[in-house]
Amino acid sequence: MPVEVSRATIFVEGKPFEASATTNLLDACLSLGFDIPYFCWHPALGSAGACRLCAVKKFANEKDARGRIVMSCMEPVVDGLRISIDDPQAREFRASVLEWLMASHPHDCPVCDEGGECHLQDMTVMTGHVYRQYRFKKRTHRSQDLGPFVNHEMNRCIQCYRCTRFYRDYAGGGDLAEFASRDRLFYGRHEDGVLESPFSGNLVEVCPTGVFTDKTFKRHFTRKWDLATAPSVCVHCSLGCNTIPGERYGTLRRIRNRYNSRVNGYFLCDRGRFGYEFVNDAKRIRKARLAGHGSTDGDDETREFLLRRAAEAVAGPHQAIGIGSPRASLEANFALRELVGAGRFYAGVADNEWRLTELALKILRGGPARPASLADVRLSDAVLVLGEDVTNTAPLLDLALRQAARRGPVEAVVKAGTPDWHALAVTDLVQDARGPVFVAATHRTALAAVAEEFLLTPDETARLGFAVARRIAGEASPGDLPPELESAAARIARALQAADRPLVVAGVCGGDPAVLRAAAAAARALSNGKRKAGLFLVFPESNSVGLALLGAGSLKDGIDRVMSGEAGTAIILENDLYRRLPAGAADRFFDKCRSAILLDHVHHATAERAGLVVPAATFAESEGTLVNAEGRAQRFFKVCPPPRGVRESWRWLCDFARAAGRREAAGLRNLDDLILAIAAEFPELAGIREAAPPAGFRIHGSKVPRESQRSSGRTSIHAEADVREGAPPLDLDSPLAFSMEGAPGIPPSPLIPRFWRPGWNSVQSVNKYQAGIGGPLRDGDPGRRLIEPPASTSPGFSVDGPRAETVGAGEGLLFVPVYQIFGSEELSVRAPAVASLIPKPVLLLHPDDAVMLGIGSGDRVELEVQGETLSLPAKITAEMCRGAAGVPVAPSGALGLDLPARGKIRTVRKP
Amino acid sequence: MFSILRSIGLTFSHLFRKKVTVRYPEERLALPARWRGRIILSRDPDGGERCVACYLCAVACPVGCIALQAAEDDHGRRFPAFFRINFSRCIFCGLCEDACPTCAIQLVPDYEMSEYDRQNMVYEKEHLLVDGQGKYPGYDFYKTAGVSIPGKKKEGDGDEEPPVDLRSLLP
Repeated sequence: MPVEVSRATIFVEGKPFEASATTNLLDACLSLGFDIPYFCWHPALGSAGACRLCAVKKFANEKDARGRIVMSCMEPVVDGLRISIDDPQAREFRASVLEWLMASHPHDCPVCDEGGECHLQDMTVMTGHVYRQYRFKKRTHRSQDLGPFVNHEMNRCIQCYRCTRFYRDYAGGGDLAEFASRDRLFYGRHEDGVLESPFSGNLVEVCPTGVFTDKTFKRHFTRKWDLATAPSVCVHCSLGCNTIPGERYGTLRRIRNRYNSRVNGYFLCDRGRFGYEFVNDAKRIRKARLAGHGSTDGDDETREFLLRRAAEAVAGPHQAIGIGSPRASLEANFALRELVGAGRFYAGVADNEWRLTELALKILRGGPARPASLADVRLSDAVLVLGEDVTNTAPLLDLALRQAARRGPVEAVVKAGTPDWHALAVTDLVQDARGPVFVAATHRTALAAVAEEFLLTPDETARLGFAVARRIAGEASPGDLPPELESAAARIARALQAADRPLVVAGVCGGDPAVLRAAAAAARALSNGKRKAGLFLVFPESNSVGLALLGAGSLKDGIDRVMSGEAGTAIILENDLYRRLPAGAADRFFDKCRSAILLDHVHHATAERAGLVVPAATFAESEGTLVNAEGRAQRFFKVCPPPRGVRESWRWLCDFARAAGRREAAGLRNLDDLILAIAAEFPELAGIREAAPPAGFRIHGSKVPRESQRSSGRTSIHAEADVREGAPPLDLDSPLAFSMEGAPGIPPSPLIPRFWRPGWNSVQSVNKYQAGIGGPLRDGDPGRRLIEPPASTSPGFSVDGPRAETVGAGEGLLFVPVYQIFGSEELSVRAPAVASLIPKPVLLLHPDDAVMLGIGSGDRVELEVQGETLSLPAKITAEMCRGAAGVPVAPSGALGLDLPARGKIRTVRKP
Repeated sequence: MFSILRSIGLTFSHLFRKKVTVRYPEERLALPARWRGRIILSRDPDGGERCVACYLCAVACPVGCIALQAAEDDHGRRFPAFFRINFSRCIFCGLCEDACPTCAIQLVPDYEMSEYDRQNMVYEKEHLLVDGQGKYPGYDFYKTAGVSIPGKKKEGDGDEEPPVDLRSLLP
């Protein structure tokens, strides 16, 4: 939303109110706390005027007693506007509109998954429609199978156009459209099939009724009022989208979006929304396992035994090293660091990735370009993406960049006098115009639809980036680019320089330090002068930045320490070393390691090799702090207590440290102790204290309840095991309670466990939690930014060339990583719905390279990279750059390899 | 003096009145059909489970003594995977029956539920589900719901038009 420039006074029922003059009347009234029913208006999608429900009465002046009915979503706020929401005629109008919309709505609320959090139910109650007078038959539709994520039930549709407006206009999806006309209107695909957009899950929240519902939730359905919920943070990429996981009967049931205007706003990607089922995976590690002894029960005796074993391993004659994790919380990594000592704490990340992560962090700290938030990205008006396939490594960044692509044309339209909330008018005026977005990547990305894309090797990408930086800085080109790229560089530099809020995006996943430096140089060059350039660097995992901020040795050094016999024990935190090292190297490490202790929740190859496996809690059963790509520390809280025998990683590690007699760990008993210890040791991380209120926080002496006021079955949930009702579990680590009792009302924003207000059962109730529609939550958005670089530029700045540091120089074919939204991320692939969409791994080759190598399409080829041999079918496509082959980062793909790297390739078999 | 004699007379007059007490358990009271006693789950006229696991009874229950989990069969028909009532907490208020949109949960005239062990007061679905329709014969939720189940297509049955032909160009 644009910065508010002017205020207006409007009169509602004769009383004056202050409102923003750049918005529409519905938005203004909702911001003021009035209830006006609506369907087609959505805060992120703007007004369409399609449903006719938000009618209010507008009066010409003070003397006008008659007034006329207007649609509040289509009415701009002007100073002195007089309206009545309560006017009998307006009420009658709204009630009859709703009655028409309900004429064909089926009688299936009891078996509809939307029931209980349905905007249509809420609006029906709000308008007072109770009795169906329509005597004729209901129109029906054939529903479609839209894949494993979204369930389709067209009979429930009220034709508000929200789904296609989101899917097509906002998210750029091409396979959902409206068909037919009048009351036969149909929203769906041209035929049954999986929805292609990686943001299709948002239809579940965008649809005001039950046409689109969550198919994974349907399999273990529970009403919203029965779900125990807590504020959480998505763990499936580095963006740190805020989520609301819901739990019932000890299993995680679903993920919903938690609004944060600086991060995810109203939307989530499908990996974040549907990847949660790894928590319920049958193969999850739920019991401690000692090699040769089998698994054990989670009783106290086992706990004592585990503590003894771990203490022996740590305090014994053989030194212990700790291997941290970029997907474990700051607290867990810090607890491991305390246990083994700072000098023996190593990053559980492939070496090249770790070097890049440290470099990226250095760049963000150095400035002067500011680390951009996703909100900044959405408002950028010119973007250069260097070497990162953001759709697959940080999906919601793709959605934000699509908004950035529209930003320039939309602003031009707004300048010409059309308000930006007037969605249909803006769309009509903008048509297909897109602002300057440039992408340089090794293969065709989804952003090609809104961007000018260059398919380049990492080396060429870096050169292009530097050339752009030089041109912006007014320096001479070194002339190491072919003419067409030279002219492209000039074009990109011009577009970025002409923009008010230019943005440069790069990332660690692309794997090339020169590309990162080029992005940094471009952002630095752009920040000369008054213009504020943004820099967004994508990191591989949910807490990559947090781990880098803590600092750790490289994995190679840790492995060397064990291989040289200096250390005998390795404590591995939430990590699968077979994803970090080539399989051979990992095997050799475990052969040499005397005692490997793994704390994790998902089962993987490392769990097979570890001598002692300790069951750790997932994000849904533990609390901690994650630092996202922007450098924002955000706290997540447990939704339910961990299952029997399972404990939070940080709790295990603190107990291990105490059992091993570590004095530093004596005071670390709960989460707040750890947070204070981290803040004391790392001044840069001091901000994590403010990421959420401490455990002692109370509202009028009460905790914030995880269960809703209507939560059911309190006296029968556990009755089959024991009819006596025990006390609910205590939560000593957070200000939230495992109970329906607690402080009513709106808690501080980092503690909001669900969006619900009386009369607003659906997700639309988020309106009541915001300081103005589309603005921040009432007491500020959750999370604290940790990295604020100096704003000034060093005067004697010059860009350095990429030549010496490009990776993979040398002989052989260059293999580059190709990430997949479904398949590359470790946790989400364990969710059945996500697993069903993992594409078959193929090696991508440019036709020219294929001819040179004598490889035909579909041939099975064998790759030799970093001492490992991979066998993949080849796919010859012009969507790959010349001079590099794309290896999928997925099981039976490039997992464990440190790409880009050069290697050999040979054909094994013709198809 | 007079009031004492009147009281004695009144007391003795009861010798000739109809008895209120019943020799339970040899004799039993005839309870009205709408008596709020033990809770059952009924079946529809075709013998299918009426309960569609909508959770409305559970949320209506003031003492929280109902717990269930929804499941769906291969044809998309909802049913409770488990359905539990803790009768040691039930106050027989009948709000669950009021809330039930499918007439599945019903309170019946049976009050003989005493147990020596409180644990035996926890009834599971197999204890609750009866073979008949109970107090509401003839009602079948799926006949009017607009949901397809075997024997009843969602589209074009009962109160519904046949599905819209999206390729038709007629206005």
